[in-house]
Amino acid sequence: MTQSIAVEAAHVIKAFGHGDTAVRALDDVSVQIRTGEFFTLLGPSGCGKTTLLRLIAGFEMPSGGTILLEGADITTLPPNKRPVNTVFQSYALFPHLTVAQNIAFGLQMLGKPKAEVSATTAKMLALVKLEPMANRKTSQLSGGQQQRVALARALAPAPKVLLLDEPLSALDLKLRKEMQIELKRLQTETGITFIFVTHDQEEALTMSDRIGVMSAGKLQQVGTPKEIYNHPVNRFVASFIGETNFLPAIRDGDLYRLDCGIKIAAPPAQADRVTLTVRPEQVRLVMETDADAIPAKIANLVYFGTDTHCHLTLPDGTEVVARLQSPPTGDAGLAIGQSVGVRFVPEAVQVLED
Amino acid sequence: MSPAEQAQVTQSARNGWLLSAPALVLLTFAAIGPLAIVVAYSVMPPGDFGNVTWGFTLDAWQGILFTKDIFDGTLAWADANLTIFWRSVKLSMLTTIFAFLVGFPTAWFIATRPPKSRALWLFLITIPFWTNLLIRTFAINEIIRREGLLNTILLKLHLIAQPLEMIYTDTAVFIGMTYVYLPLMVLPLFASLDRFDMRLLEAAYDLYATPWQVLRKVIMPIVKPGIIAGSILVFVPSLGAYVTPRLLGGGKNMMIGNFIELQFGQGRNWPLGAAMSVTLLVIVTAALLVYVRYANRETTHGQ
Repeated sequence: MTQSIAVEAAHVIKAFGHGDTAVRALDDVSVQIRTGEFFTLLGPSGCGKTTLLRLIAGFEMPSGGTILLEGADITTLPPNKRPVNTVFQSYALFPHLTVAQNIAFGLQMLGKPKAEVSATTAKMLALVKLEPMANRKTSQLSGGQQQRVALARALAPAPKVLLLDEPLSALDLKLRKEMQIELKRLQTETGITFIFVTHDQEEALTMSDRIGVMSAGKLQQVGTPKEIYNHPVNRFVASFIGETNFLPAIRDGDLYRLDCGIKIAAPPAQADRVTLTVRPEQVRLVMETDADAIPAKIANLVYFGTDTHCHLTLPDGTEVVARLQSPPTGDAGLAIGQSVGVRFVPEAVQVLED
Repeated sequence: MSPAEQAQVTQSARNGWLLSAPALVLLTFAAIGPLAIVVAYSVMPPGDFGNVTWGFTLDAWQGILFTKDIFDGTLAWADANLTIFWRSVKLSMLTTIFAFLVGFPTAWFIATRPPKSRALWLFLITIPFWTNLLIRTFAINEIIRREGLLNTILLKLHLIAQPLEMIYTDTAVFIGMTYVYLPLMVLPLFASLDRFDMRLLEAAYDLYATPWQVLRKVIMPIVKPGIIAGSILVFVPSLGAYVTPRLLGGGKNMMIGNFIELQFGQGRNWPLGAAMSVTLLVIVTAALLVYVRYANRETTHGQ
């Protein structure tokens, strides 16, 4: 994969309002998005991810910092001068135009010759499999079809970067899954850099090459889905992506002593007081009598079909969830109140210093 | 529902209109009655003291376009009437165009205000309706007459050496009509712009449209119903305007409305006035038909 940079945000600040009431939607955000990658901005609502996208699109001007597109400063360029297109959350299709006219709009505004406009429009219609709908009004389409028109319209001018602002949030679950695959296919086929905004962590994990996790106007961590999931840098990232267990601990030589007194191994850290985190699927249930097993009591069992969540209470009261694959019989042979042993897969324990 | 029941429901729905019979009778008398009288008057000979006498003649209809020489009976074009026609159409079109040019930014301004202040702005637009048209027209007169407010200010500021001759010109009529009918343009435009999805602006900008293209290719086509409604609401009453041209145009700059009044008054030629009224009606109807037809075709073609 090429390492050239498509979009770079450098120390970008965006403040809304003035004086004491000013809110920093983006607080010194710097990120480099590589050419041809599927980059996802992930975070809860109000974290600034959409604001960052709007700054890249040019709908808003940053209060500070610069935005570069392939090395060129585009910070103050208006949206119609940026070779960047957006797929809007509301689709924002033109109601007075047909599907084909919607797709052709950007090309026409660029002043492309008629032959090229109709050829590209036909190609885009084929790409999103909407040829039979070419002459329909957009209001006659279903949500999924409108979504595909919005995609084709934004892809038609062959932008350097495609921005997607929670485009799947209005679709129902089944359609959303289909569109996730469709989006990934389109990105691979066109080779265009996608910047995708979502609050859905599963969507982010399944589709992205890299994810930028945002919270409170700051970029918390940038990395591949595996890095983000397996090596979260702080408590926010660990808890926002997937489910996890937090265990307060004190460093004791090379080991960490949990509040219940048991020492376990984990990667080295600077601070003395840390939080250990371990994913529920990396928690193993063993015999109470096993060596270095942490004694625990089963507080609750929740059956999810493919797996069973086993809520455990450690001697000091800390709660730990273990995700156990459901056995063929459907019954794991466990009972609430039962005493068991707990062991963490050593490589799966992460240390958070905050 | 059985076919018999269905037939009964259809039958009772069919007879249901009978309930609106009183309203229909009233409408027939109120709308068609006076119109029928006007049409009848237009084909009768004029009486000596105004009025009409029994009989049938097309003299009045001929009189709209032609004048008969008193001595040899030859026909010549009625230049005065044609001038009045042309002035009416020209001033009405100018009024419509100018009301649109002023009304569109106004409606846009109101539609883009926060919802709370929008009501206030709309309220301000309707304030002129609270005062009698006659009073407002006299007020305009007060502003643009020779020794009026505008000339006084311009003279005091030494921007002009001589007072501008605005009153009793076509320009005065045009200014007055634009002022009077502007709200009728703003309100339907606002109704259209209010429903306009402002997110489409971002979509258009994002797809490389210049601000002018956004206006021409996105905003205008979508708010077209409002533009048509506003134009009709301004053009139709402008064409038949009476008070404004009477007070601001003086005796010379008559429009169709003044001409009709003249025939029923001093002119003592009721049939000619009636024929002119019917002609005005035909012009307006024709203009509307052409406009609506054109607008509809554009819409169906464009979508």
